[in-house]
Amino acid sequence: MEVPILKQGPFLIATIQAALSDADLLQLRTALVHQVVRSRSLGVIVDVTAMDVMDSFASRTLLEISHMIRLRGADTVIVGIQPEVAFAMVQLGLTLEDIPTALDLEEGLAHLQQKFQTAH
Amino acid sequence: MPADIPIAIASDKDILEARQRGRALALQLGFSVGEAALIATAISELARNIVLYAGHGMITLWQHSVAGRVSLAIVATDQGPGIADVALALRDGYSSSGGLGLGLPGVRRLMDEFEIVSEPGHGTTITVRKWRL
Repeated sequence: MEVPILKQGPFLIATIQAALSDADLLQLRTALVHQVVRSRSLGVIVDVTAMDVMDSFASRTLLEISHMIRLRGADTVIVGIQPEVAFAMVQLGLTLEDIPTALDLEEGLAHLQQKFQTAH
Repeated sequence: MPADIPIAIASDKDILEARQRGRALALQLGFSVGEAALIATAISELARNIVLYAGHGMITLWQHSVAGRVSLAIVATDQGPGIADVALALRDGYSSSGGLGLGLPGVRRLMDEFEIVSEPGHGTTITVRKWRL
């Protein structure tokens, strides 16, 4: 299942639409890192609302995505982690370390816009 | 309804399938959405360990009902290399595969019961159980 990546102004929005396999997550990582270069994007939002499980592999892949994108000079925000998914992540001992998170797409965009404005 | 659901695990697609079936069974048994997420996450970790360390194996979902108390058990078996030091593998932060991590301490926290039998050279069987509140 390929994750669609939309360009919205200086930002990219990747909306996960169903549970993803490990291969799907790795495909998303590759696609985002390439797309952020091609679009000269300043920020990336990954919407994980539809993700059923955020296990160690998914968390680590999102961290890698964020770190790779940062090396390109852009920021990543993870939005839409469901309450039960967050609960399971904490029990499992997983964190997204320093990646900013937001409740939903709207707040994620607000976060990036604010950062973008104060930087310019 | 069969008492057990065996799911062969050999690829990342199987991991997805196993956790989705586990969640569906949990909800069907009356577990809350939150508990079902814990169960699905535990299955995901156990199934990934099978793919990662043994190549292939089996996840079996069992439902039990004793005196009105319902539980769901997950049995993860493989004939892989086994775990030489089980105590070490159950310690937080330990990983034998360069950061991928067995995630066993985490799985233990997700579930109510946790049992592991591992014999180096012969494989590993991990049984975990969650009781419905």
